[in-house]
Amino acid sequence: MIRVVLPAHLKNLARVGSEVQLEVAGQVTQRAVLDALETRYPMLRGTIRDRQTGQRRAFVRFYACEEDLSNEPPDAPLPERVVAGEEAFLVVGAMAGG
Amino acid sequence: MSGVRLLVGTRKGAFVLTADGARRDWEVSGPHFGGWEIYHINGAPTNPDRLYASQSSGWFGQLIQRSDDGGKTWEPVGNDFTYEGETGDHLWYDGTPRPWEFKRIWHLEPSLDDPDTVYAGAEDAAIFRSNDGGRSWQELPGLRTHDSGSRWQPGAGGLCLHTIIQHPTNRDRMFIAISAAGVFRTDDAGKTWQPTNRGLRSGEIPDQDSEVGHCVHRIAMHPSRPDVLFMQKHWDVMRSDDAGGSWHEVSGDLPTDFGFPIAVHAHEPETIYVVPIKSDSEHYPPEGKLRVYRSRTGGNEWEPLTSGLPQANCYVNVLRDAMAVDTLDPGGIYFGTTGGQVYGSADGGDTWAPVVRDLPPVLSVEAQVLP
Repeated sequence: MIRVVLPAHLKNLARVGSEVQLEVAGQVTQRAVLDALETRYPMLRGTIRDRQTGQRRAFVRFYACEEDLSNEPPDAPLPERVVAGEEAFLVVGAMAGG
Repeated sequence: MSGVRLLVGTRKGAFVLTADGARRDWEVSGPHFGGWEIYHINGAPTNPDRLYASQSSGWFGQLIQRSDDGGKTWEPVGNDFTYEGETGDHLWYDGTPRPWEFKRIWHLEPSLDDPDTVYAGAEDAAIFRSNDGGRSWQELPGLRTHDSGSRWQPGAGGLCLHTIIQHPTNRDRMFIAISAAGVFRTDDAGKTWQPTNRGLRSGEIPDQDSEVGHCVHRIAMHPSRPDVLFMQKHWDVMRSDDAGGSWHEVSGDLPTDFGFPIAVHAHEPETIYVVPIKSDSEHYPPEGKLRVYRSRTGGNEWEPLTSGLPQANCYVNVLRDAMAVDTLDPGGIYFGTTGGQVYGSADGGDTWAPVVRDLPPVLSVEAQVLP
């Protein structure tokens, strides 16, 4: 089970608590996790990845295991501890703006 | 007694303000979508409990929310605003080509006939339509792909389509306005569009007769006189008596003719309202006095409306979508400020009172009359 933590605004939007747990089939990558997240919570489509380009939105970051994975290739495997459910995959709103 | 509901979009959420027909005591509900920018909320004319809200943020992009109970509960609907085909380029501020890129929805205009049909005005400028209550959106690409599109240039607020006016009886005719391209009209339900900017004069562009390039801030129409349009341009208050075929200036004796909103009284088609702002480099009222100006002659002759509005040390702005009228008798008028006040008048502007004082900066105000 993959654990995902969303920023406050997206928790409110998806009406979820502190953590989301997802089944991810196949290799656990950033893309696979976000695809599973958006399938379960379609209202999140476009809020993390741009609707048109599929790219991570500029002020969204991905952290796990104390690493910034934001600029990792979307199809790169996520860390073992995330795959094992020992660590959460964090979707973070960057500190920017007002 | 019938009542009024104000739909207020702010920089940090949506607010719904309600009162009975006396319009003295207001109930404030909100913030809805706290922390998000709400550029616009609007209700369907055929079902006032059907509301649409444009919710956006620099972090998480664009969402559209829909309510079927007058704003008590909301449901996120579709947010896929994909331009049709090759997007091409428009002009950037520095005059270089720039690809069209979706940024946000500025304005939502539900159809006059069907609560599930709604138009959306986008930045970068385009018009979209949904026929399924906002679940899916299709561009009407004839506007963006007009021959002049490659010459459209953003105003200071972005290349935004901010005004959508439907003809009250001719379903094929619609007007839209874009900063800083100008006004466009369709006579075939959005398939093709013609610029309707003849007579506008804009010192910011070199060719005064250019068919596009005018920074139109807002246009307004009274439904009983659909060929008469009023415009607050960047500078100049303008009027057209031939459905946008030509425009003439009606700034008259205004203290300054820069401003953003313009509105028409619900029962008096020659009574119009503007909020003069000192200049485009200052963006606050002249002399620190917040004055709505009213013309009962369709322009040129204006009177300041000050009773109940701050007449000293007031330096707020009133944005283009932040003024609305109700259809009660006597007619009410409302506006919101960048200082978070919403003011209302239940007597056509003669006297004003704050509806609420300390909201986030107000982006938009719409007024609904409830049974």
